[in-house]
Amino acid sequence: MGNFDIQKVRADFPILRREVNGKPLIYFDNGATTHKPKQVIDGIVDYYAQMNSNIHRGVHYLSQISTDAFEVTRRKVRAFINAKHEHEIIITKGTTESINIVASCYGRPFIGEDDEIIISAMEHHSNIVPWQMLCDEKGCKLRVIPMNDKGELDIDAYKALFSERTKIVSFTYVSNALGTINPVKEMIEIAHRHHVPVLIDAAQAIQHIAVDVQELDADFFAFSGHKMYGPTGVGVLYGKEELLNKMPPYQGGGDMIRDVTFEKTTYNDLPFKFEAGTPNIEAGICLTQAIDYIQDIGLDAIKAYEDDLLGYATEKLAVIEGIRFIGTAAHKSSVISFVVDGIHPYDIGVILDKQGIAVRTGHHCAQPIMSQYGIPGTVRVSLAMYNTKEEVDTLMVGLERAVAMLK
Amino acid sequence: MTINDIQDELIEDFAFYQDWMEKYEYIIQLGKEVPLIQEDYKTDDYIIKGCQSKVWLYPKLEEGKVLFTADSDAIITKGLVSLMVKVLSGHTPEEIAAADLYFIDQIGLKEHLSPTRANGLLSMVKQMKLYAIALKAKGQI
Repeated sequence: MGNFDIQKVRADFPILRREVNGKPLIYFDNGATTHKPKQVIDGIVDYYAQMNSNIHRGVHYLSQISTDAFEVTRRKVRAFINAKHEHEIIITKGTTESINIVASCYGRPFIGEDDEIIISAMEHHSNIVPWQMLCDEKGCKLRVIPMNDKGELDIDAYKALFSERTKIVSFTYVSNALGTINPVKEMIEIAHRHHVPVLIDAAQAIQHIAVDVQELDADFFAFSGHKMYGPTGVGVLYGKEELLNKMPPYQGGGDMIRDVTFEKTTYNDLPFKFEAGTPNIEAGICLTQAIDYIQDIGLDAIKAYEDDLLGYATEKLAVIEGIRFIGTAAHKSSVISFVVDGIHPYDIGVILDKQGIAVRTGHHCAQPIMSQYGIPGTVRVSLAMYNTKEEVDTLMVGLERAVAMLK
Repeated sequence: MTINDIQDELIEDFAFYQDWMEKYEYIIQLGKEVPLIQEDYKTDDYIIKGCQSKVWLYPKLEEGKVLFTADSDAIITKGLVSLMVKVLSGHTPEEIAAADLYFIDQIGLKEHLSPTRANGLLSMVKQMKLYAIALKAKGQI
């Protein structure tokens, strides 16, 4: 953990100083969204106070500086995930849109009737439904990698799913509901042996694990800004140049065109071909501050701190009577999902909230996982770099109180 | 008692509890008093959509009055549906459809009314009024 200074980190997040229901806020819903450091908040204020202007269009000064700032983000993202080219970074609304772009612009032209798409049993709905929509339209089929009761994917079963008809593989790096870290590199390698491209949903990985898309050899890589301490409404789709070039644009509009006549429109080059219309400019620009913030601390230091906290919290919670952890993979990241015998997760969430503790309850947009475990949902504690052991201790007290009330 | 009489009584009951914990313990207690829906009605037909937990609600018209039975798999939600049944059950469809449920705000449960995915109260109110209107229409045939 070296130079990781938790007090300094906490001081950077203004919201951590507020109270909820008369108690200091304890926020364990980081899998849904993380809070923002003052650097990001200041950046947003600064954008509107000093720069506000549409990008990629104007010759005037403000348009130029906001365009420059927006393009700084693209460069930052490229370096952050070590993509080969800046134009392989598409700025989107978020992970969901990133996946939809691939399902639509890669799926429609290159996946046809009776072709197969491989996803896993632990996907978020946003990595299931876009593919199902494609299947409905084209008559292709979903193949699902099974997982064991610990929440680990069955790699042998995965290997056996490939056929001549497999056209794409799409799975999550880290499960939002279980915390499982999947063996991404190995799984990409397996797909590439069959010459099948792979999309990685990194929404729950990007804020916890250092990423090198070239080393992973990922073909597509998607994540959101708001889960990595950045603004809401911005995300990234990384794609290999050769694949992105083969794909038609996603939406029609401004910015994605070169020439428009009523007879014919020619499209802009990468990355603009996938960025129709005015984007969420301030979010795009201020993703830079979020990346800077993470990089100043360092993902290795963040991961070491969070892993220690995960171990501490898991050990502590284990003594709660009737607790059952959902997701006990050997490799986990920052998520503890559980149920308590005889108590509905929703009830626990309400009683914790009354004590100022924010957790997520429900199916976490991953209903197939809940079906596999035969439960309506879980209570999910998801950690970020600003959480502390003291907060985990308070959670324990709150949880014991909830269990006593609800039993 | 009219719907408003019952609401006023509940507001008085709740005023007695200062602490949120006591309030929720009372809600949980109320859940245990709900007239339970028959097991064979606990199907998707009688489930209330829009709740994170499952809520089943069954209406029946008896001598011009609507009688509700209900259940939930979460006990706080069961307490909330029990509150609603207490207030609305045993009244005419017209009374139910026209009811102004001011007690929810006054007993400090307004947070449960926001139209989010997790909440149930708003969906319960809607569904109970819809049942009342439907039963009224059926009764007139």
